[in-house]
Amino acid sequence: MGGFESFLFSFFNLKVMATYLPLVAKGFGLTVLLALLIVVCGLALGLALAVLRSFGVRVLNWGIIFVVDLFRALPPLVIIVLLFFGLPAAGITVSGFAATWLSLTLVLMAFAEEIYWAGITAVPKGQWEAARSTGLTFLQTLRLVVLPQALRITIPPLTNRTIAITKGTALGSVVGVAEILGASQSAMSFSANPSALTLGAIAYLILFIPVVAFGRWVETRFAWKR
Amino acid sequence: MPTTPPPIIDARGLWKRFGNLAVLKGVDLSVAERELVFIIGPSGSGKSTLLRCLNRLEEPDDGSIQVDGIELLDPKTDINAARQRIGMVFQSFNLYPHMTARQNVMLALRKVLGKGKAEASEIAARALDRVGLGERMEHYPAQLSGGQQQRVAIARAIALEPRVMLFDEPTSALDPELVGGVLNVMRELRQDGMTMVVVSHEMAFAKAAADRVVFMADGEKLEEGPPAQIFGEPQHERTRAFIRQIDRH
Repeated sequence: MGGFESFLFSFFNLKVMATYLPLVAKGFGLTVLLALLIVVCGLALGLALAVLRSFGVRVLNWGIIFVVDLFRALPPLVIIVLLFFGLPAAGITVSGFAATWLSLTLVLMAFAEEIYWAGITAVPKGQWEAARSTGLTFLQTLRLVVLPQALRITIPPLTNRTIAITKGTALGSVVGVAEILGASQSAMSFSANPSALTLGAIAYLILFIPVVAFGRWVETRFAWKR
Repeated sequence: MPTTPPPIIDARGLWKRFGNLAVLKGVDLSVAERELVFIIGPSGSGKSTLLRCLNRLEEPDDGSIQVDGIELLDPKTDINAARQRIGMVFQSFNLYPHMTARQNVMLALRKVLGKGKAEASEIAARALDRVGLGERMEHYPAQLSGGQQQRVAIARAIALEPRVMLFDEPTSALDPELVGGVLNVMRELRQDGMTMVVVSHEMAFAKAAADRVVFMADGEKLEEGPPAQIFGEPQHERTRAFIRQIDRH
């Protein structure tokens, strides 16, 4: 067997790929589910924290900044492992799926909060003053005047960060979640052939290229009308 | 002696400090209904701060303000309700960039006055017509000139039918050729009997349209009177110096 044939046999073994396609496809479904849960919860929690922070209650804001800095500083894998192996010691059992979901949600929440906050503070003070001078309340001003402008400028950094963190779903393989990477690794062990990993890589591309394209579309769609 | 009606704005003993700096040092200002009062003075004199206290965008440290019978500084006062009666126009327009001219005017009509969409839209159209922008209603602020933006900002304020209008240097950010359009709208408001307090350097407009001119310096009201007196024979040395300076320009 020549070198190139050997390479094809190891990484593009169609027989192996066909055998383990159902397994990796199942992993694909799990990754999509996990990613969706992380994106929805992480972005929503991040926005909630940024809104809370805008009230300017000093003690509350210290708490928010502490939590946000903590989850921005810790590597996601460390949080996953801590939750998965640490919580049972405290009498709470969590599945690998739950530990991965919660960890990445908290990380996305932390980064999203900072991005939203930067967006809110970037809206000129005059916008607040104009809205308040017409009798709008603080919350109405935030919701109807400030957030629509803040969200628009946060879309590019937010899409970047969201993509980066949802790719972290692969870390779930460490705690036994059969998402794309986990499933591919099992398949690789069963078949003693790394082609299953190639399959996994293709699955990631199929999943994330549309997400990246969607992000680009959203950025153009919400760009300022000039 | 003619009896004077109670003032619609009555501010007394206003103090405002920013850190160690006293920006207002016990200023009184009272404005009668339908009166146009001009506040002039060198920069840093506290004139903008005084204006911004009149709708509590700036919180005075001491003093009292009555507008249209409402105690503005009373903690029990619903400031949002009070602000409906006090229109404000800013130097930098502050239109909402994500909304069309019409939506800018409609927002408070809907969310503060609780008008329905159709009615708010109708009122907004009339207000924009009044400032000469009936043709530009569906434009976004970025598609309008500075002068047009400022007229939308005026429409946004007058649509709420305020009892008084505050203008904070409304023409200072405009190119000279766009100033006239804004001043014309202000002149028409005055003819319709709107009570107006204007902080501005448009001295020609002040001479022609103001009922009274207030001169401020260093956080104090040094002098006030009809424009002919303030511009023609100012009593205070600081006023004379200021008038001389702007006359040179």
